[in-house]
Amino acid sequence: MSTESKPGGSLGVAMKRKEDPRFIQGKGHYVDDISMPGMLYLALVRSPYSHAEIKSIDISEAMKVPGVKAVITGKDLEAAGLGWLPTFHGLDKQMVLAIGKVLFQYQEVAAVFAETRGAAADGVEAVQVDYAPLPVVADPFASKTDKVILRPDREAKTNHIFHWEVGDKDGTARALAASPKRISQRIWFQRCHPAPLEPCGCVAYFDTMGRLQFHVTSQAPHVYRTALAIVTGIPEDKIHVMSPDLGGGFGNKVPIYPGYVCAIVGALKIGRPVKWIETRTENLTSTGFARDYHMDVEIGATPDGRVTALHVATAADHGAFDAAADPSKYPAGMFGIVTGSYDFPTAHAEVDAYFTNKAPGGIAYRCSFRVTEASFAIERAMDILADELKIDPVELRRKNFVRKDQFPYPSRLGFTYDSGDYHKTLDTALEALGYQALLKEQAEKRAKGELMGIGFSTFTEVVGAGPSKHFDILGIKMFDSAEIRIHPTGAGIVRAGTKSQGQGHETTWAQIVGEELGLDPQNIMVEEGDTDTAPYGLGTYASRSTPVAGAAIAMAARRVREKARKVAAHLLEAGEADVEWKDYKFQVKGVPAKSVTMKEVAFAAYTNMAQNEPGLEATYYYDPPNMTFPNGTYVAVVDVDRETGEVKVRRFLAVDDCGTIINPMIVEGQIHGGLTEGFAIAFMQEIQYDSEGNNLNTNFTDYLVPTSLETPHWETAKTITPSPHHPIGAKGVGESPNVGSPAAFVNAVVDALSPLGVRHIDMPVTRDKVWRAIRDAEARKT
Amino acid sequence: MKVKVTVNGVAYERDVEPRTLLAYFLREDCGLTGTHVGCDTSSCGCCVVVMDGGRAVKSCTMFAAQADGHDILTVEGLADGGKLHPLQQGFWDQHGLQCGYCTPGMMLTAYALLKHHPTPSEADIREGLAGNLCRCTGYQNIVKAVQQAARGGQP
Amino acid sequence: MIPAAFDYLRAHSTDEAFAYLQQHGAEARVLAGGQSLIPAMRFRLARPAVLVDINPVRDLNVLRVNGGVLEVGAIARDSDIERAPWIADRRWSLVHDVSRVVADPVVRQMGTVVGSLCHNDPAGDWTATALAARAEVVVRGKAGTRTVPIDKFLVDSFTTAVSEGEMALAAHFPVPDDRTAGSYQKVERKVGDFATAAAAVQLSLNANGTIREAGVALSAAGPCAVRIDEAERMLAGQKPTAELIRAAADAASRRSAPQGDLRGSVEYKKNLAGVLVARGLRQALARLGVQA
Repeated sequence: MSTESKPGGSLGVAMKRKEDPRFIQGKGHYVDDISMPGMLYLALVRSPYSHAEIKSIDISEAMKVPGVKAVITGKDLEAAGLGWLPTFHGLDKQMVLAIGKVLFQYQEVAAVFAETRGAAADGVEAVQVDYAPLPVVADPFASKTDKVILRPDREAKTNHIFHWEVGDKDGTARALAASPKRISQRIWFQRCHPAPLEPCGCVAYFDTMGRLQFHVTSQAPHVYRTALAIVTGIPEDKIHVMSPDLGGGFGNKVPIYPGYVCAIVGALKIGRPVKWIETRTENLTSTGFARDYHMDVEIGATPDGRVTALHVATAADHGAFDAAADPSKYPAGMFGIVTGSYDFPTAHAEVDAYFTNKAPGGIAYRCSFRVTEASFAIERAMDILADELKIDPVELRRKNFVRKDQFPYPSRLGFTYDSGDYHKTLDTALEALGYQALLKEQAEKRAKGELMGIGFSTFTEVVGAGPSKHFDILGIKMFDSAEIRIHPTGAGIVRAGTKSQGQGHETTWAQIVGEELGLDPQNIMVEEGDTDTAPYGLGTYASRSTPVAGAAIAMAARRVREKARKVAAHLLEAGEADVEWKDYKFQVKGVPAKSVTMKEVAFAAYTNMAQNEPGLEATYYYDPPNMTFPNGTYVAVVDVDRETGEVKVRRFLAVDDCGTIINPMIVEGQIHGGLTEGFAIAFMQEIQYDSEGNNLNTNFTDYLVPTSLETPHWETAKTITPSPHHPIGAKGVGESPNVGSPAAFVNAVVDALSPLGVRHIDMPVTRDKVWRAIRDAEARKT
Repeated sequence: MKVKVTVNGVAYERDVEPRTLLAYFLREDCGLTGTHVGCDTSSCGCCVVVMDGGRAVKSCTMFAAQADGHDILTVEGLADGGKLHPLQQGFWDQHGLQCGYCTPGMMLTAYALLKHHPTPSEADIREGLAGNLCRCTGYQNIVKAVQQAARGGQP
Repeated sequence: MIPAAFDYLRAHSTDEAFAYLQQHGAEARVLAGGQSLIPAMRFRLARPAVLVDINPVRDLNVLRVNGGVLEVGAIARDSDIERAPWIADRRWSLVHDVSRVVADPVVRQMGTVVGSLCHNDPAGDWTATALAARAEVVVRGKAGTRTVPIDKFLVDSFTTAVSEGEMALAAHFPVPDDRTAGSYQKVERKVGDFATAAAAVQLSLNANGTIREAGVALSAAGPCAVRIDEAERMLAGQKPTAELIRAAADAASRRSAPQGDLRGSVEYKKNLAGVLVARGLRQALARLGVQA
């Protein structure tokens, strides 16, 4: 694997990251690093109740706390027309500060502005709120009964938010009824939380020109700017959003949070900069959670393992407000990917969403818009089908894979999969794994009563939102953009509408430009996140950056190259039509000795451009023609300790196909990270609420992030099936390991326990659950 | 109260409330923002600094007052003039960081680990770093980074 | 999470620390490692008006064998034990095991053994260890200094024999003989978590291979760590066998009275307690060269 980049030939190079020097020297620029003269600290009063009327809020004691400058409540915001905020999905709104009642534990109730962090915390303690508890709706099934209506503010007095479906309802029902074999399973993907190590926060101030200067942890700074303009009425040119270095995002930094709005209001009202940095507890209990899908999956099949039909009915727990940040026509995101890698003759998927007394959200945690839920459901269900049919789960998958010759493949649920060679990816995994040897070992262990499991996940996911005819966020289409300017001495700058939170864009975007223009990526500066300078983009989440902005960058570079070709022709004293770009140079066709480099052309663009437009820059706004479909085969090998229920992941192999790879080192790093998140989800993460709506996992002592000791060693490999519609054939990869891995882990555990008759186990697969499953299974035998 | 702490060889004397945590003292009173705060239960290790040459401490779980009269090493003090510390070089060479938020704490825990255990095995490193969380890297390249530093900086 | 305001007093000697504690009584807390106290203060679950910092007291920074006893001073850190040059001697294997699994490797560099004993968290590691190892705690009060056996020292969850105005100075672990080994078995969901269940075992053998004395204690098995005297009596004087180990483990399981929580159900934890005692006994015996 080459690590040295050179002018031209920078695709596929594992070059070291250009952004690292500032991070390793502690000179990263995160939002909490910002300090301004006169800056106030904002801290939020939050509700201890999950559902309660607010009878009164008394701020008088808080105002007496030394250092406290102001306290505002929902009533104050309402008077300023800012009581409610539209959610990104657009069909609902959420309270900024509670008005009339609270709907989830830790909901924001009042905002305290003070001179110091300590004074702000003291002020929060001193605010007196009188609550009258109301009955709690703790899960979507209770919510469905509409016995307690949570959102009287909405026109339809029901907790049912929406019904969404796709596919052939009647045809699928008939096919299932006629199938010789059927399996049916409730599969729950538990509520979890992305928990980036840097919590959310902002610094807001109005400068002397009356502009809002807003430093904020945002994965989508332009969308923030537009949304804030709409919500506050401040003209969009007077809003400057700056997203600095982000300490992780994973979807957590996509929504606009009440703390941000309160900070802006405070800065405006008080006339001083306001900083709001949430605590970890606030992050886990009130910001965008992920998942919480109860999925009833039915698969029909022939006795020899050909699938005939798929039906999935989901109850979705959205919490108190519909803040699931899905594209507007897709309230259940890309859940239609639930047919996965398999050629189902017919399929039908439906989702019903409900309000509950829990924090709002649903879309986060490297989730590609509900793709994680869909992928887990199908991969788990295929294993259950394999168990029912007594067929090897690998063979069942292979038998039903979409074949290479079927691409572009139109799925029964509305997607056209761009490319893939699932059989090759699977075979690559099996070979690297030594599958037959493992099966042999498993048989030997089983004879001794030892519990060893092998679990597969052969997932296809969908990223790169997305084509304008289908996707928008608050009406804004999901294109992305790049602006490239090459300087006289052959260095340059690229600005994009995306926003890295650790994915390495400062390196990978430079590599694309370097490849397209034959320049050294080391001398291509990359900028993202400043809405005054970056071209409009929809930001970075759901693995959309490479598919959309990466394409924009390549296309912008090609526009630069076209302009450069004109100048090159002048330098080469040839006609434009006789000049071609070959071997990273402009050459006169058929006369390789007559060539000029891009560097030479760059200089000429400023000094000797003749009749051509001076300078060398171009912009491109890219509207992707389709989504991209990264896929893979993941395998987990586990050993289960009968006595303690502990699952040891002995081996994990990930074979990913994300199309063309820009920087293999960065891709591998993304896979390590995503697999670690999938591992955490599979074995130890859950945001649980009790029947009174109390959040039980409010900080890192109970919401568990695995350490270097628990985390397995990851083996990675790849196959490369480029996306035919992407300018450089790349698909995106960041989300894949989180999408594909939970099923591999759970399938492995169930496989280990299958001799005992266990067919399914819910995540997180805790020791207690495993121990109990073994014990219950053994009790059934006696 | 007055607190005087030597940080990266430089004496800082500040007047602070007793309840000022060392992490905020470093970040706000000394202006050294390389030490980060990532949680509220002493779980994440983003705030780790090294006290008196060899003790890794979670600076969010310590009052600035406790550091009075002591030496603190933060990430800003790792490099020697323009020359990166082998740990910094290792993290860069081995792609041991992505968002960079856990990195200062991770390097300083490793710094103290290597002081006491100059030739750690992979298991020793994984065990030694288990007080520091990372959400981006999955730890594998962090281990390689520390191994490189332990080898005296040979990649 | 910013603590409520407090007054900070720095002690440079044991006498000075004691005088502060006597003066401020219930309003004061000792600040040693602070790894349990400061997190509680950050959530404002603890709000002492006065903190007495004893970290500068050199006399308390002691870790040494003296007269048949390992003296662990109030400022001796978990990591001091973890890294002690003599810790690899098998007689200290229980203490060695636990010094590697308390909290996490960074917290251990500030956290103290004595602080952990005084904090007396139901799922703490040092308390069960002290019980199995028959440790004692030296406490200074108005009437002078007294030595309290660990059984009497641990009173209830977060409550010990240290009263208002008093301070613990050291923990004393009897030096085991050279036919002693132990084991600490801890199941935790991840490093840094409290134990889901934990067992501390220390066995001393007679020359003829029978068990001379056994220390068996559980953590996360009730309001305080608990010594399983039934198991200890069962083991004493006996030749170690698989059946004996199973019986002792069952006794531990029966005696375990854990709370069901996110770490596990009551049933699971009770079962686990037995499993861990059995594993602890087998490991201690293996260290003594005995297969059972």
